[in-house]
Amino acid sequence: MNSKLTVVVVEEDRDRAIGIVDALKASDDCDVFVIGNASGLARKIAAHAPDIVLIDIDNPTRDMMEELTLASGPLDRPVAMFVSGAAGGLAQAAIEAGVSAYVVDGLSPERIKPVMDTAIARFSMVRQMRNELAEMRRALEERKVIDRAKGLLMKAKGLDEDAAYALLRKTAMDQGRRVADVAEALVTASGLLG
Amino acid sequence: MKTVSLSVAYMPLVDAAPLIVAQEMGFAQAEGISLDLIPAPSWSSVRDMLAFGRVDAAHLLSPIPIAMAMQLGGVATPLSAVSVMSVNGNVIGVGRVLEEALRAQGYGFDFADPFAAARALASSRTGPLTFGVPFPFSMHVELLRYWFAATELGAEGIEIRTVPPPLMANALAAGDVDAFCVGEPWGSVAVEQGAGALLLPGSAIWKFSPEKVLATRTDWAETEPDLLGRLMRAVWRAGRWLAQPQSLSTASELLSRKIYLDVSSELIDRALTGQMTISSRGEQRVVDRFVEFHAGAATFPWRSQAKWIAGRLASAHGAPEGFDPEAVAKVFRTDLYRRHLGSTGGDLPGASEKVEGSIRVEMPVASANGALTLLPDTFFDRRVFDPTALG
Repeated sequence: MNSKLTVVVVEEDRDRAIGIVDALKASDDCDVFVIGNASGLARKIAAHAPDIVLIDIDNPTRDMMEELTLASGPLDRPVAMFVSGAAGGLAQAAIEAGVSAYVVDGLSPERIKPVMDTAIARFSMVRQMRNELAEMRRALEERKVIDRAKGLLMKAKGLDEDAAYALLRKTAMDQGRRVADVAEALVTASGLLG
Repeated sequence: MKTVSLSVAYMPLVDAAPLIVAQEMGFAQAEGISLDLIPAPSWSSVRDMLAFGRVDAAHLLSPIPIAMAMQLGGVATPLSAVSVMSVNGNVIGVGRVLEEALRAQGYGFDFADPFAAARALASSRTGPLTFGVPFPFSMHVELLRYWFAATELGAEGIEIRTVPPPLMANALAAGDVDAFCVGEPWGSVAVEQGAGALLLPGSAIWKFSPEKVLATRTDWAETEPDLLGRLMRAVWRAGRWLAQPQSLSTASELLSRKIYLDVSSELIDRALTGQMTISSRGEQRVVDRFVEFHAGAATFPWRSQAKWIAGRLASAHGAPEGFDPEAVAKVFRTDLYRRHLGSTGGDLPGASEKVEGSIRVEMPVASANGALTLLPDTFFDRRVFDPTALG
């Protein structure tokens, strides 16, 4: 009964997959396999006869996993999403962290918990990094648009850079909009007129 | 009035239109709510967000809440389908290889006759046909199985695989699937990509099938009756707006926005108007009620529709112990529909069940205001489903 758990991680991004595998191996005694390619997903998973399957909640191939939850699916052992009563809180935490776990029926919550705790921590970290990256990218893009808008105003109205920005900011405040939105509107409009 | 924000998960599809329109055209605001619309990457994700309380409501495949009530699939939180969000709206299509084989034998791609399509497919196949569908519990699966079982294709002639629609073109090219059944705009996207041709609209198999529902957790529906009512009315009015032909070009533009479907409005227009381009040769076919959001009590969650779905699921996956179709069908909440939509001036049917497939021409029926006409709901093989006969 205390044999190692077999965990399959479905993840296309190689670096991210390695991170998850390392984290799991470091803290839990389990065998971990990674499946990167969605084609024939259910068949590949079944080949490992895993106890637990972990997959990013934002991964569109997740719906392919649903076939595993059917008795007629390719796995002999029925699989459920991890929602048993005692573990209800864990499932919620997993979803918040962005990982969904499929667990073979009958596996006790005590055996699942350590793996899930590690997975949740790891996915939370990845999610946070991804959000920060998206935020940075957005900020960068907004700055580019604001710079272009400033340039347009400087040329059209003979303003210096500070005055151009002040004008953008005043317009935004008067209209209750964000500076980036006003800049975007200006750039679009000048594109149409130009 | 202070605006309350409700979070609603949806899949970026044409039939999510009532939610998007409710928010963008002010129907939500008129009810003092604002919809925080959260696009999901997969149906499992929509279901889990709803089941685990990340969102208050969701755009959901009509069989999902029924499957959950039957303990099928990974999650079993009780959900309620409080109204039907859309009727029809799927397409069945074939990949390039099958398309060529069908053309070679002179098949005309009439996009209308399921018998002719089945005959043509049956004579060009070499073994069972593999169809890609978006989710195991879906009207897509049920329509395909019904069509196969009732024609010379045969119930055993189909293998069904789950393939996320954005990956369908790849799956066709790789030979993982031969054909597909998807909701728009994905069929039209496949045509645009040159991945295949469209064979039939879903409505050719069942003229009036409940495709998506507005779903909430059952406990939320009970404890938040006021919010639920506002949400249901906003979505219902959005559906009524969508049923007006003059709304459709605005609707296509709204849906095509980057934050919603991010697909050209021309592609979305095809489904909304029923003017489909079915192949990369540009062949045009017109479909009546390709997708319906309002007319003929489209949004009423008929218990008989739920029973039909429950019966199909039970025969495909085995019925759970103590399976009671009557009890399972109650996830289609005719009671909440009547309670919350009575004040809209919309006409409510007198009955909660009908003999599915029995309406061949538009038919006036008993209703609250006495002005309700139901639309044809026939199955292509003219069989009927009597909900009282299911045991």
